[in-house]
Amino acid sequence: MADWVEACAVDDVDEEDVIRFDHGGRSFAIYRSPDDEFFATDGFCTHEKAHLADGLVMDDIIECPKHNGRFNYKTGQAKGAPVCVNLQTYPVKVEAGKVMIQIA
Amino acid sequence: MAGKVKRDYSLVGESTRIAIETGLASAEWYHTDIPRKTIKELMQRSDGPAIRDTAIWIAAILASAAGGIYFWGTWWCVPFFFVYGVLYGSSSDSRWHECGHGTAFRTRWMNDVVYQIASFMLMRNPVTWRWSHARHHTDTIIVGRDAEIAVMRPPDLLRTALAFTGILDFRYSLPALVRQAFGKLTPDEKSYVPEMEQHKAVIAARWHIAIYIATIVLALTMRSWVPLVLVGLPRLYGTWHMVLTGLLQHIGLADNVIDHRLNSRTVYMNPISRFIYWNMNYHVEHHMFPMVPYHALPRLHELIKHDLPEPNPSMWQAYREVWPVLLRQLKYEDYFLKRELPPTARPYRGEFHDVNMSAAAE
Repeated sequence: MADWVEACAVDDVDEEDVIRFDHGGRSFAIYRSPDDEFFATDGFCTHEKAHLADGLVMDDIIECPKHNGRFNYKTGQAKGAPVCVNLQTYPVKVEAGKVMIQIA
Repeated sequence: MAGKVKRDYSLVGESTRIAIETGLASAEWYHTDIPRKTIKELMQRSDGPAIRDTAIWIAAILASAAGGIYFWGTWWCVPFFFVYGVLYGSSSDSRWHECGHGTAFRTRWMNDVVYQIASFMLMRNPVTWRWSHARHHTDTIIVGRDAEIAVMRPPDLLRTALAFTGILDFRYSLPALVRQAFGKLTPDEKSYVPEMEQHKAVIAARWHIAIYIATIVLALTMRSWVPLVLVGLPRLYGTWHMVLTGLLQHIGLADNVIDHRLNSRTVYMNPISRFIYWNMNYHVEHHMFPMVPYHALPRLHELIKHDLPEPNPSMWQAYREVWPVLLRQLKYEDYFLKRELPPTARPYRGEFHDVNMSAAAE
């Protein structure tokens, strides 16, 4: 059974932005969309080891800071070269002002 | 590694193996500290500046082409083709570059359209070059890894001089497109283009070759050089500005280091060259923060210049600085120009860079 883990407080993430969350030796990216929803993906780009929390959130897209590879952070879909492999996404819920992610 | 093993610039050779083994490949690079809020603001995309600049660019291309055609057969066509050549053969490089990064426009399809057009103008396969440039950013001037090292060591000065004419690039680019159109990629190309993308490179090369064949057929039908002077040949006669500005990005500086302050150069340039070059003269800044669009690079420069070597004040001064370094590299290929940091900068981390600092210029 996958565990729900507290990643951050709601206010830790600006609107249309992303932060890094490390847990259990793994790294994740926590997003807050322009319409105030939260999402979570693996932290590192699937192309090369760059952390997406240093990237740019634009609408539904996270752009990797190293090579500008783009993913839809809601679905994990890679949007074209130089990223070809989709990003792992994780369920997210907000409880009592905390952002929780379900880690398998 | 420098000074111990002869540099092997292939991407599947001895230097490649050493770069991977020593951790130079895909390494963590030095970055100047910038608050997240500030860099986020600098990274913001906007269609406005690039639409304006692209409209000016296209208008200037059309106007200079029209003037060249109108005055064809007289000496008056020369200044028009001089301008047309630079717009076609040089400024396309910076458009290719920025749109390849996806930073010029906010709207993705706009980046893609300009990227494809500029790739064609440059005789560059849009697929293989996208991947080679990604590698250039991962492993900037890492020998055996970076596919875009313009001047290798020891420097071939004749080759470098000929680059200004575009002849060597033309001689490489066109046969490369023909080879790729027949479905053949070199081992180097296969080393940086993922297998699932390789067929796209073949299709793109076929489109480019088809357009060149159509241009040649048109020229033969019209019994005129004009179609070729407009399509293809500007890669020869208009490429000099791209080389003039682009060579300065890394030439004479350190290789096999993981700090862009050591291997990249920022040069102040005149406004016309900056328009043609889309601000890539701020090259240290671009490599440190490739997410920042060209129009925000001057602002980024102001923010981090305390942590960077003093920029070269002009292209002329930069070439004067580089020339003796190249001459010395003819005899001592490990020699390079170590750029001094201002007192406000965080120092180079010698232990962080596998480079023989004693080989650097004092």
